[in-house]
Amino acid sequence: MPSVKIPRKSTDTDMTPFVDIAFLILSFFIMATKFKPDEPVKVETPKSVSADLLEENNALLITIDNESKVYININDVKDKAKASLKSVIDGIDKSRNLGLTDAEKMSFLQAPVIGVPFANLKGYLALTPEQQASLKQPGIPVLDSLNNELVWWVDEAKKAFAGTKLLYLIKGDNDSKYPAFEGVINALRKNEEFKYHLITSQEGAPEGTELYKLRNQ
Amino acid sequence: MASIDSGGGDSGHKKGPGVKKAKKLSTRVDMTPMVDLGFLLITFFIFTATMESPTTMDLNVPKKTDDEKDETKVKQSGALTVMLGKDNNVYFYEGELAPDGSNFQSSSFKDIRAEIIRKKQEVIRTHNHDAKCEELKAKAKERGDKNWETADLDRDFLVVIKPTANATYKNTVDILDEMTINAVKRFAMVEISEAEKAFITATEGQ
Repeated sequence: MPSVKIPRKSTDTDMTPFVDIAFLILSFFIMATKFKPDEPVKVETPKSVSADLLEENNALLITIDNESKVYININDVKDKAKASLKSVIDGIDKSRNLGLTDAEKMSFLQAPVIGVPFANLKGYLALTPEQQASLKQPGIPVLDSLNNELVWWVDEAKKAFAGTKLLYLIKGDNDSKYPAFEGVINALRKNEEFKYHLITSQEGAPEGTELYKLRNQ
Repeated sequence: MASIDSGGGDSGHKKGPGVKKAKKLSTRVDMTPMVDLGFLLITFFIFTATMESPTTMDLNVPKKTDDEKDETKVKQSGALTVMLGKDNNVYFYEGELAPDGSNFQSSSFKDIRAEIIRKKQEVIRTHNHDAKCEELKAKAKERGDKNWETADLDRDFLVVIKPTANATYKNTVDILDEMTINAVKRFAMVEISEAEKAFITATEGQ
């Protein structure tokens, strides 16, 4: 009986298309994503059904961390010279009689976030950036309605950005307590600012609700 | 892993003495490590990347008025007061708080939606038409509201949000979100009163 000859085939597959696909996906991810920005204060924002995207305009960002401590940060996208930031710190220096030196004012321009009461501001700004980063900031006092220091910050920011649009962004942590948020709102209200943007992460509208019906009309 | 070099070797014709045969090497490169590397990088990027961009929820608050006559008067029948306690507890009552707290009820974030919808439906059912209705309808139509014809029905519906000091920011955002979800047009954040605080502490057992 003649034996049937089975052709001997190599067992390994050609991996080249696989590599192609892998690198295609890889390049997609590299292009489509942004790296998480380095956050000086770690905040986990709550979810909301809101679909309005965060605008990266001139903004006063007020951060409330999970220990209900309040920090501020002024985003000034257009003005690279940071002239408005300079006028904020000059105004604070003058109105609160802090006696800041020029070097300390420069340090303010570089600082990512400020979360110290006015009493400690001079000392904080005198530190090197590394020391500032490692220091645990006590937060800006907002709870006492008579000594809500955020009022002064908002006031100076408002003056510095007079004429241009300044957004008030509030970024609160899930676990921060309500009084801190109320203190922030009160400080803004005292400055006659009534429109804020709360930073949240996206979530779909729950099924069957009115919003769901409206969006799927 | 590497491909097995089948064939080749010493088969084939001889080339005479002294002629060295060049070793036949496969030109195929093993791609497996490259695939490994590719997928490793993909996983790395998936983990570090932020795909979703943050959104913002707009919040508008009214001006603070100490003058009582500037305050907006609301119909008690259409009011629902929602209080936020500690540990994600929610309490609510309709209309005015009874002195004995008989209409003070406990709820949770899961159940409060049903309560809001129920109250809204009740307000719509008991709605009485008057001259102000047409005004509201006209305004809604002007705004480009798709449902302008029913815009006047829930005009007496008002949700009053009263977070306590123990409520978290997440609770506050969640309840404000609930307003958007249930299309509540009028809501207000108000400071909690002592009477309400007393009922909450009694319930929470502090």
